[in-house]
Amino acid sequence: MDSLQPVLDGFGVVLDPTNLLYCLIGVVIGMLIGVLPGLGPAATIAILLPLTYGVEPVTAIIMLAGIFYGAQYGGTITSVLLRLPGEASSVVTVFDGYVMAKQGRAGTALGIAAIGSFIGGTVSIIGLTFLAPVVAGFALDFGPPEYTALALLGILLVATISGGSKIKALIAAAFGLLLATTGRDIFTGAERFTFGNLGMADGIDFVPIAMGLFGVGEILYNLEERHRAAAVPVKVANVWPSRADLKQSTGAIGRGSVLGFFLGILPGGGATISSMAAYAVEKKRAKDPSRFGRGAVEGVAGPETANNAAATSSFIPLLTLGIPANATMAIIFGALLIQGVTPGPQLIANDPELFWGVVNSMYIGNILLLIMAIPLVGVFVRILRVRGAILAPITALITLLGSYTIRNSMFDVLLVVIFGAVGYLMKKFGFEPGPLVLAFVLGSLLESNLRRSLLVLGGDVGGFFTRPISATLLVIFVVVALWPMVKAAFDRRKSSRHETSDNQEVKENA
Amino acid sequence: MKHKAKGAATETAPGPGGTAAASGAAAGVSGPQGGTDVEAVADEELTPEELAARWEEDAAPPAGPQANFWASLVTLAIGIAAMVLSVQLDLGTPAEPRPGMWPFLVSLVIAVLSVTQLVVGRRGGRDGEKFSKLSWLAAVGFATLLALVALMPLLGFEIPAVLLCFVWMKILGGESWRSSILYSLIIVAAFYAIFILGLQTTIPHLF
Repeated sequence: MDSLQPVLDGFGVVLDPTNLLYCLIGVVIGMLIGVLPGLGPAATIAILLPLTYGVEPVTAIIMLAGIFYGAQYGGTITSVLLRLPGEASSVVTVFDGYVMAKQGRAGTALGIAAIGSFIGGTVSIIGLTFLAPVVAGFALDFGPPEYTALALLGILLVATISGGSKIKALIAAAFGLLLATTGRDIFTGAERFTFGNLGMADGIDFVPIAMGLFGVGEILYNLEERHRAAAVPVKVANVWPSRADLKQSTGAIGRGSVLGFFLGILPGGGATISSMAAYAVEKKRAKDPSRFGRGAVEGVAGPETANNAAATSSFIPLLTLGIPANATMAIIFGALLIQGVTPGPQLIANDPELFWGVVNSMYIGNILLLIMAIPLVGVFVRILRVRGAILAPITALITLLGSYTIRNSMFDVLLVVIFGAVGYLMKKFGFEPGPLVLAFVLGSLLESNLRRSLLVLGGDVGGFFTRPISATLLVIFVVVALWPMVKAAFDRRKSSRHETSDNQEVKENA
Repeated sequence: MKHKAKGAATETAPGPGGTAAASGAAAGVSGPQGGTDVEAVADEELTPEELAARWEEDAAPPAGPQANFWASLVTLAIGIAAMVLSVQLDLGTPAEPRPGMWPFLVSLVIAVLSVTQLVVGRRGGRDGEKFSKLSWLAAVGFATLLALVALMPLLGFEIPAVLLCFVWMKILGGESWRSSILYSLIIVAAFYAIFILGLQTTIPHLF
């Protein structure tokens, strides 16, 4: 912590005109897709991966990061004005935000959300600045067994925390690991699952998988999803919240910042979960919980602060451990690998410009977003008038033409389209594409560390439990893996014993 | 978590007695009778819980037992096939793992989990989405994307792209003839300007 010099140098990187421009592009795109229901940040970042080939790694990541946290700001606007959550992380904002808009306080809701987001983001960046070097320093001692355990735990957490069937999410994750084994084995040079195809010798590329599963998959899925027609937006007046409103939401913003920061670090956590947790916390803490759902300003401030704080802090595991905490981070991880940068504990020491450049770009990005979210909110509301039917072919063409430009290969485009169909079918059959992509990026890291550990430990699997860190991580792994079964068995016993009282409890929880 | 709790509540609601089911039916009947105005007003005054419940109602129904059966069978088949292929790659021993070891472990996990899902999800479950009439739109979308990939090397991207835009807007999106044609041409012209004239990429093009 003795040298603040690299941190300051990071600002030099951000203030480079190219980086500033890409930061602006990133946050504007993020804001746009946040406003538009349909494509989420993961899909957008996947679609725009080809754009990152031509620029410096730091520039590329600054832009992709901007899309991610920008989307958290944008999602608020439609939640408040139209009761249509633009992003999953803004769903809970609807409950009080829309009611506030009905009461003529739309401006207050948006203003509080923007200010909360800004504070949450900033708190999180400061936390990131101090915590990341500590975590990275701690992880420098990690050997292959620790990395094996960490990667396994990360994949498991992301798979089990995602909504829907957990077993299916785990199957998807295992498929990601299997897909990652195609091509030449790095240890022996043996070709695996290539079926004699020369094009497969180098394995399947990350970009077509991400662009297909997330990008085209979501585009196809949206084709059959008829979004309800957007109602005429409520007129927005007086975006600056009053002093009383600010005072009322100070606590919520503070709690949201802390909660979001910590939930964002956890693998499988992230913006959506932390916004829901923040809403629950605010409702529980309130003296009069019945105000919630009737326009309580804390119900907007808490979640909106938390989701932005989480979006920022979820960079910590990626940049310090090399383990992405969610699907969006997995794509950014892939983007870094494409650029020849391997995120991990050495990143801060070996590539301080990249690390601090990206971290500090978030200050600039958040300021830009605050400017756009408050005075320019009307401009973004107008974007909603563009019909989905016209946007769909544009995104499809961007994806397909973009995937061609990576290697000038029609085969890549075909792969993207095919993985698009796979992604669509996965969604229809209840398999999350997120765990698959995450496991795919971690696949080769996990395998090589497992094999190295086995070599180090002489084939003794029990050796994982003789090392404190890997033992702890694996114990957590087992607990997380078995918990749903234990809980299900427990619930069954409880519900069979007293059904009626259980029913009562469910109602109270809801 | 929340959704699960809700599911449990709705599933068990008819259990305690006929009254809950009867009142539910009555509410269901009064909706349509009340007309759209009443419904719209009611819609505005929903509590968060009711709003979430309404969203859940509006969402497509889950994929169901049959979908679960076939999906699990497909993943099981892939898992077993990958296990066989991994064994052929040579597993080695834990002390000296060979190339087949890791893929074998992973495909074993796939197979075991697929069997579990086959059993656990035999009654359906709440995940996935049933195919509806609108699913044809996605199928048509996929077909047009494939057509674009097939035609691009032969004709360049311009004509196939215009056709794709037109099909997506007119047939899939229900836009008018006029705006479909107009926007298709404008969009492709913009793409030409950006990708060919601006970025000078080597995307196959006619002009």
